[in-house]
Amino acid sequence: MIEIKDLHKSYHMGSNSLHVLKGINFNVKEGELVSIMGSSGSGKSTLLNILGMLDEADSGSYTLGNVPIKNLNEKIAANYRNKFLGFIFQSFNLINYKSALDNVALPLYYQGVKRKERADKAMHYLEKVGLAEWSHHLPSELSGGQKQRVAIARALASDPKVLLADEPTGALDTKTSYEVMDLIQGINDEGKTILIVTHEPDIAQMTKRIVNLKDGLIIDDSKVEQIRASAHV
Amino acid sequence: MFDLERWQEIFDTLSKNKLRTFLTGLSVASGIFILVILLGFSTGIQNGVKSQFQKDATNLVSIWAGTTTKEYKGLNPGRRIQLKNDDFNAVSNKYADNIEHESSFYTIWGGLVNYKNESGNYRIQGILPGNQFIENADVSQGRFINISDIDNVKKVAVIGNKVAEDLFKGEDPIDKYITLYGISFKVVGVFYDPGGERDESKVFLPLPTAQLAFNGADNIRNMKFTLKMADDFDQAVAESQAVSAAIENEIKLRQTVAPDDTNAVRVYNTLEEARKIYSLVDTIAAVFWFVGIGTIIAGVVGVGNIMLIIVKERTKEIGIRKALGAQPWSIVGMILQESVFVTMFSGLFGLILGLGLLELVGPLIESDFIKYPQVDFNTAIATVFILVFAGALAGFIPAYRAAKIRPIVALRDE
Ligand SMILES: Nc1ncnc2c1ncn2[C@@H]1O[C@H](COP(=O)(O)OP(=O)(O)OP(=O)(O)O)[C@@H](O)[C@H]1O
Ligand SMILES: [Mg+2]
Repeated sequence: MIEIKDLHKSYHMGSNSLHVLKGINFNVKEGELVSIMGSSGSGKSTLLNILGMLDEADSGSYTLGNVPIKNLNEKIAANYRNKFLGFIFQSFNLINYKSALDNVALPLYYQGVKRKERADKAMHYLEKVGLAEWSHHLPSELSGGQKQRVAIARALASDPKVLLADEPTGALDTKTSYEVMDLIQGINDEGKTILIVTHEPDIAQMTKRIVNLKDGLIIDDSKVEQIRASAHV
Repeated sequence: MFDLERWQEIFDTLSKNKLRTFLTGLSVASGIFILVILLGFSTGIQNGVKSQFQKDATNLVSIWAGTTTKEYKGLNPGRRIQLKNDDFNAVSNKYADNIEHESSFYTIWGGLVNYKNESGNYRIQGILPGNQFIENADVSQGRFINISDIDNVKKVAVIGNKVAEDLFKGEDPIDKYITLYGISFKVVGVFYDPGGERDESKVFLPLPTAQLAFNGADNIRNMKFTLKMADDFDQAVAESQAVSAAIENEIKLRQTVAPDDTNAVRVYNTLEEARKIYSLVDTIAAVFWFVGIGTIIAGVVGVGNIMLIIVKERTKEIGIRKALGAQPWSIVGMILQESVFVTMFSGLFGLILGLGLLELVGPLIESDFIKYPQVDFNTAIATVFILVFAGALAGFIPAYRAAKIRPIVALRDE
């Protein structure tokens, strides 16, 4: 599903340049649930942003579901993001004046899906994350866990190939974190490929594989015995 | 543009951000509203001043005679020119088509007037009936000198209000007899003059009566004509100048005066003066336009400012939309469409409100200097479009910049 070869990325600030990714090689097969770990500043988010086509690598190759991702202009990147990817952010990033339902429906709007169908599909995904009754509430009326579940429903709405989550539980307490992880595990069980950036070991243990980054390089990449979140809820 | 889904998304955004929509709309609507009222009153003041002025601004041509300063056809300079009845009649006949009111004058400057024991010195003028309109004399009692007084050389007099007050002391002057140098005249009317006391210290007699009574023969001192006014002011000035020049030449010809001798025959044309007033009106209009354009600029800056703030506030939302797959141009389009819709809608609203108010209040205004305040509809519509265009332009730049911001930058947590 994802193939990355010798990926490099530097940030330039004035005369200084910071080499963040120093040759990442890594593959993800369909249906995997991978966590990316590492200390702060090790380049986790940078890697995820490149995978999410929100940022571009300086060199190296990236293939997503047999599509080589290179020479992206803004239009193509937007198109690929819309078709292939679903994002889950630490700070949810819901649009604050739109109801839960409208937030979930937004990726579908950019896919050109008609209004009625958008609402039906969005409702379906809200049911899936257990928030059907909250569909007409604004984000400000939802708890952190509920917000993140709306965000997950939104990420799922466009039926992407891969879900990318940057510290999805970073802003949640342990109990809520496990509920969210339970949801993510359920989605993965249905076959969705998911990448999670986290620095919480217990969250990482709930995935099927842990990739460890240090100073821009993968220092460890190993399968783990998945712990079901439902066991803790 | 006509994508229904897109409009639904925009209405959704606008209706869920009511305060923002309302404030943007309010600033545009009030800008246009103020502008419409301003331009309306500008027109009103112009109308008022013009009509106020036009009441007096009859197109008056006065002709006086003096002494020649140039030798002409063997005649020496220094010759006194005496205007005659025939001069007046010739002009009157020849320019009958152009002339509205006319009078020639035979004047005695400080004539002694008696009534019983009261007496005073007043200007005594032999005149023709047309003088009532030339002087704007307002007959308060009795009547003015009429054509039968002239034809029958009647010994009647119309006296100014000041004369009536001085001599009659509240007594009704009509049909009483006053004496001028021992000759009795029956008072047939009293007049007011907008010119005030000085113009009301006069006694009018029929011209032939005055000439006969005071040994004037067929001499006249001066003559005045008012000319018919063309609707277009510039045309009126041109015609008036042409006619007064022709009259001047006519009289010079009759009196054998050199055509370039300006002292011998003097022609004074009030429409020249009128031109100054009209340029004042133009200045008023220019000032209002200046203020109006200032208002538009302020409106444009205001709308631009609002758009800038809105886009800034929406940076994160734009980042989210882009992460979810929005094309950069769809972001620009969305913001533009919103701003054009809001400015257009509220601009038209302000326009209608302003026009409505003018329509409603205009007829109620009872000031001599404001009449029929109104706005040229095309001008008003044009200003709305200027504002909409400016709003779009002002929205475009920040929208374009926002669309260029990469989503990771827009989404970065503070
Ligand atoms: N846009 C940027 N410009 C300059 N430097 C950046 C930028 N984004 C990230 N960096 C730097 O690159 C390094 C890696 O950042 P990154 O966000 O990938 O770290 P991370 O592993 O996600 O850390 P954390 O766990 O704190 O989120 C950091 O040193 C960061 O300061
Ligand atoms: Mg990070």
